[in-house]
Amino acid sequence: MLIFSLRRLNLFLFTIILLTLLSFSLSFLFPGNQLVNISGQVNATDEQLAIIGESYNQGGSLISQYFAYLSHILSGDMGLSMSSQTPIFNEILIHLPATIELTLVALIIAMAFGIPLGFIAAIKHRSKVDDTVLTISMLGYSIPVFWLGLLVILIFSIQLGWFPSSGQISLLFEIEHVTGLLLIDIMLSDDPFKWQAFQNALAHLVLPAVVVALAPATIFIRLARTAMMQVLESHYIKAASAKGLSFRQIIYRHAIRNAMVNVIRDVGLQFANLVTLAMVTEVIFSWPGIGRWLIESIYQRDFTAIQGGLLVLSSYIFIVHILTDFIYAGLNPIARGKKYGS
Amino acid sequence: MGVFLSIQEQTTVRTLFALLSFLSLYGCGYDENISLNNKSIVYCSEGVPEGFNPQTVTSGVTIDVTSNQLYNRLITYDKDETTIIPALAKSWHVTKDGKKVTFYLRRDVNFHQTNYFTPTRTLNSDDVIFSFERILNSEHPYYISAGGKFPFFQSVEFGKLINNIERINDYTVRFNLNQADSTILANLASDFAIILSKEYADTLAQYNFHTNIDSSPIGTGPFKLKSYRAGSYIKYVPHESYWGNKSTIEQLIFDITPNSYTRLTKLLAKECDIISYPIAHEKIDQRPDLTLDEKTSFNIGYLGFNTQKPPFNNKVVRKAIAHAINKQAILETVYFSQAENASTIIPKTSWAYDSTIQTPEYSIEQAKKLLAQAGFEGGFEMDLWAMPVQRPYNPDARTMAKLIQADLAKVNIKVNIIRDYEWSKFLGLLAEGRHQSVLLGWSADHPDPDNFFTPLLSCASALTGNNRTFWCNGEFDNILANALLINDIAQRKRYYKEALSILADEMPLIPIAHSKRYQARKKIVKGEILNAFGGIDFTNVSKN
Repeated sequence: MLIFSLRRLNLFLFTIILLTLLSFSLSFLFPGNQLVNISGQVNATDEQLAIIGESYNQGGSLISQYFAYLSHILSGDMGLSMSSQTPIFNEILIHLPATIELTLVALIIAMAFGIPLGFIAAIKHRSKVDDTVLTISMLGYSIPVFWLGLLVILIFSIQLGWFPSSGQISLLFEIEHVTGLLLIDIMLSDDPFKWQAFQNALAHLVLPAVVVALAPATIFIRLARTAMMQVLESHYIKAASAKGLSFRQIIYRHAIRNAMVNVIRDVGLQFANLVTLAMVTEVIFSWPGIGRWLIESIYQRDFTAIQGGLLVLSSYIFIVHILTDFIYAGLNPIARGKKYGS
Repeated sequence: MGVFLSIQEQTTVRTLFALLSFLSLYGCGYDENISLNNKSIVYCSEGVPEGFNPQTVTSGVTIDVTSNQLYNRLITYDKDETTIIPALAKSWHVTKDGKKVTFYLRRDVNFHQTNYFTPTRTLNSDDVIFSFERILNSEHPYYISAGGKFPFFQSVEFGKLINNIERINDYTVRFNLNQADSTILANLASDFAIILSKEYADTLAQYNFHTNIDSSPIGTGPFKLKSYRAGSYIKYVPHESYWGNKSTIEQLIFDITPNSYTRLTKLLAKECDIISYPIAHEKIDQRPDLTLDEKTSFNIGYLGFNTQKPPFNNKVVRKAIAHAINKQAILETVYFSQAENASTIIPKTSWAYDSTIQTPEYSIEQAKKLLAQAGFEGGFEMDLWAMPVQRPYNPDARTMAKLIQADLAKVNIKVNIIRDYEWSKFLGLLAEGRHQSVLLGWSADHPDPDNFFTPLLSCASALTGNNRTFWCNGEFDNILANALLINDIAQRKRYYKEALSILADEMPLIPIAHSKRYQARKKIVKGEILNAFGGIDFTNVSKN
């Protein structure tokens, strides 16, 4: 396990280095002055720019410039937003938690519904249930997320009035920013209207989370279905069956565990897809997350924000990827022995 | 560990469901007792305010946010929007020569206590003097901190009007005027003439934070600022020691939503209690829980003629054009029927309105007949200047100009549309009288009808160029002057009727429309919010 962890850590470091290299080179590729692009100092005078240039090691070679950039990033200085002139790092601290909350809840929803449905489809292989589940998953996968978002707003917000259509929580409530994860912050706060706020935040979360969850859920259905079918055809299941175990015992004791392991392996991969969907959904639901912030920055040609946002968002995806790898390894001893990260 | 995963998962799901149902039940019980939602108003507004002081702006967005919510004036308008009633001044007195106006202040007026300022005294004369001194004295540090920009006061030439403001005692102030002017009270009752705290200003001056007076507001109004996130929301809470009727709501929130589709969605999804400038009126009407409010604004969009230039120096030609223009089509196309057909420059809601006076009806024959009478059977060519900006009284002057172009083509008049100048240049050239005819408008600053007549059509404003028609009629001017000398409304109304009939006969401008202001709200929200002039007012709003 130690070697496995070291390998993952190694992979993580190299990926981060690649990502920062990409982000660093973006400042050259964007139009305009590279120093302004990387620092976001659009209103600085020539003297001020000279000082900033010094700190980014402008006189030195490209490699030393890159290391200067890296040291800025490591000290939490990602430059200023070109449009609002606030530090990017603060903006990210405000916006990233909302995205983490949305994507994690969506992931839980996708797994909670997708995996059991997939298992059922596999157990009832070639029956009407199987066909129905497959049809639903095909449909769900084919619906574009922006259309689904608008549709659920139309039905559940406007027609039925069950759920709000925008934002993370009603402006009525004032919740102190502690962790940034709103649901946790509400639990931590001592507001007399804490429970109303919690309910309200949950109501705001339902629609966007479901919209984000739909496509990944359909993938989990298929992954779970395939994994379960493989497991059910394996010899140890046949052996268990021959031993006289009931079907229920076989499924609960042996099949589910082994099928889960194979599904978990792909959760990390699906997470990247999920974050992309979340970015679009954040725009539709005015969710104050980093995806919406990043898309606004793209509209405003805020190059510093784009660089910082991309770096943070991809690191986030990668961290979740590695975490699921650890869970996979925890569940499946064979994986720990594999020599190369994948 | 994985063997139990599915069971764990089931348990988790079960717990989650139990938790959710518990929460919803718990929440319901809570709702009935004290729900925050029932004590708060969320107003989804259309724009970001420039600041928190109406003295320094003219933009409607800022006035809406600030004037009636955060501040009070010395005097204000009653519900009927015509009578001036006491506010911070419990009474006032104007001397016979009209040159001295004395205000007697209330003694129980508290300023806001917020996390950035704690007042130690109630309102007194110093606050009143400070509030106007900063506008009048160009060396005042708070004049400088605002960049010398007080657009309303500069447009009514407040500086020329006021000689000085005298402190008689702690609760009495006197405005000494350079000449008598019956609009002084109307100006002091307008949304811009708010009273600030001198104590707060002095505190800020110690730390050299002068600009905070306009951005971190301290006033005497029914609400005070709790928090503001630029471009996102404004939160107000009631001023607990307000001198007037205290608001019954606990929070007033401006949810800044510039996109009109998003505003509509938020209303339909019950996220906003009230939205400004709604679209899709039919959709709102269909919903049993929503209602649409409308109010005709005190403004006028018009087509003005330069009466100094031929052929519009001939009133017969002006009348002919009035017959040739299809106003109904303009109302439908340019205003999307969100305006009232203007028969005179005075809107129906003003007491000076007179229904017996109408503009000429749409009739091509009549127009042709009049043109022939004036000697223009063959028509002529004219320039029509269309204002290059959007205003409530004219949301799309270019389209309006094109419609008029098409209408006048039917009576053989060829219209050239002039629209190449930017707004300030445009106004400058108009003041020089370079135009032949122009599409323009006027929004009243206060409901006194004189605010429509004198600035638009008097000889004095023809001299300054503010009267874009350069029409000057001695009889008309006399009537206006006489109307200003008396206070009896019935008598003034007779004068203004006379003035309106002179206008109908002379037709220096063709009134087109009085635009309406709309808002939509949930039916559970009670109380008047819209005013015919000036900003919205949440003082009497409640939820039941």
